Amino acid sequence: MIALPFFTECVAAGFPSPAQGYMEAPLDLNQLCIGQQEATFLLRVEGDSMLDAGIFPDDILVVDRSLEPSHGDVVVASLNGEFTVKELRLRPQPMLMPRNPRYAAISLSDQEWELFGVVTFSLHAHRSVARSRR
Amino acid sequence: MFALVDCNSFYASCERVFRPDLAGRPVVVLSNNDGCIVAGSAEAKALGVRTGMPLFEARDLIRKHRVAVFSSNYVLYGDLSRRVMASLATLVPAVEVYSIDEAFLDLSLMRPEELQPLGLALRERVGKWVGVPVCVGVAPTKTLAKLANHAAKTYPQTGGVLVLTDPRWRERLLARTPVSAVWGIGRRLGQRLNDMEIETALDLARADCCLIRKRFSVVQERVVRELNGESCLPLEARQEPRQQIIHSRSFGEPVASLAAVRQAVSDFAARAAESMRAEGLSAGAISVYLRTAPMGKPQQLFPDSARASLSPATVDTRVMVRHAVEMVEALWQAGYRYGKAGVMLTDLGPAGREQVTLFREDDSAEEGKALMQVMDTINRSGKGKVWLAGRGMNQSERCVWAMRRAHLSPAYTTRWADLPRAR
Repeated sequence: MIALPFFTECVAAGFPSPAQGYMEAPLDLNQLCIGQQEATFLLRVEGDSMLDAGIFPDDILVVDRSLEPSHGDVVVASLNGEFTVKELRLRPQPMLMPRNPRYAAISLSDQEWELFGVVTFSLHAHRSVARSRR
Repeated sequence: MFALVDCNSFYASCERVFRPDLAGRPVVVLSNNDGCIVAGSAEAKALGVRTGMPLFEARDLIRKHRVAVFSSNYVLYGDLSRRVMASLATLVPAVEVYSIDEAFLDLSLMRPEELQPLGLALRERVGKWVGVPVCVGVAPTKTLAKLANHAAKTYPQTGGVLVLTDPRWRERLLARTPVSAVWGIGRRLGQRLNDMEIETALDLARADCCLIRKRFSVVQERVVRELNGESCLPLEARQEPRQQIIHSRSFGEPVASLAAVRQAVSDFAARAAESMRAEGLSAGAISVYLRTAPMGKPQQLFPDSARASLSPATVDTRVMVRHAVEMVEALWQAGYRYGKAGVMLTDLGPAGREQVTLFREDDSAEEGKALMQVMDTINRSGKGKVWLAGRGMNQSERCVWAMRRAHLSPAYTTRWADLPRAR
């Protein structure tokens, strides 16, 4: 058995990066889009009832269930056993407003409905980039 | 002061979160392989559906009452459970995750008049944020919190929250609780206590501690003390580091071919290795077990399990599969039909701990690590999958041993392709 000396220090070669000591974590989209992580769910849009609000078929909705809904929020609600995404109007009467002239407003005063959550972001792909395929 | 938060019919409630059409409809969830019912919503229980009931016995009820039936979807339940626990942690300083659907909370810093409002707030928060209904029991000890929770579930007038601090109320509740329903007692011990004329939880609370310790053990003595409001079991909020990773499954039907079992075990080993790497761990040992299934009833064969140590500790699926297959071949006895197999990885530690030998002969460990990284990256990318051929090449080959899950719901919260839809 031969004992060999072992040096653990690194040997620096070349000039140290001028950015050293100025490093920050890269930007994280989760941080931007997700407020209350445990209450946030993603849903896929079907249909064109919200085109004028910039929400297109196949977009992904970021829905935060921890938020209190207010007048004018885009929300996901369950209605007739289905999820629907619409604009919530509380005045003069509670209704769900589609943002497409081809669809009629849905009055909420005379039917069973439940709020699923408030939409905080909608993600629209302009060009598909791998991973989050359908 | 402790709270026990328990989700109501957790699996059934999870199935409903993304299915508004199931509100108010009876829902049942089946065991692995769709054999029997493991959970039911309140509506299903009201119809007479019981946990443990074989599916075929419930068939008529299911058809007649349009019961919604689901295979167990542990991917979904696991994610919603994590959300329930995290939501609770936003309101209290310490959460002990007791099971997939139960948590103990530390409320020692609360003033007595704050307990009821906090209980309501906890219930409200989980219901609103995650969509799963829960009940809350609050009491000075864990054992009493458990009883309070049960009462909160049983009596609707509690509104799902019961704070059990008044000694008179405690006594009334204990008097109507059979002793076998006390946490940590159970049916068999309950029987022995009944023989000593201890019928109710109140009888047990009034029993002599020393006698109970002498006849049973210090564990049951603690139960007596806890029933009297003396806290003996602290909150265990710290998660112990993982001791093992298990991947085991019942086969869809009994399997009599060695090739199929070999394939199944390769698959289980690969899956266990994958989840181990996802946690940044490596394994120092691997075990395999096989169970026979004659006529559907498992029967033990000996030896039914084997263990191999991996030295140095490894992250390499190929090494694990090789050992697993060798063990299967050694354990295999021709002429039996096998019903279940499992792979367990133990001696877990942080990957990279395996000491380098300065003058090692081959670089296979380094290569293995790099190869696994590439495999995991591809498999997580969602673009396609790569696997060792030993796991089987296609669905028809695998269906011999693959689990039956005919009523599986989508993994709504963990797979892009499964996201719930909104019109």
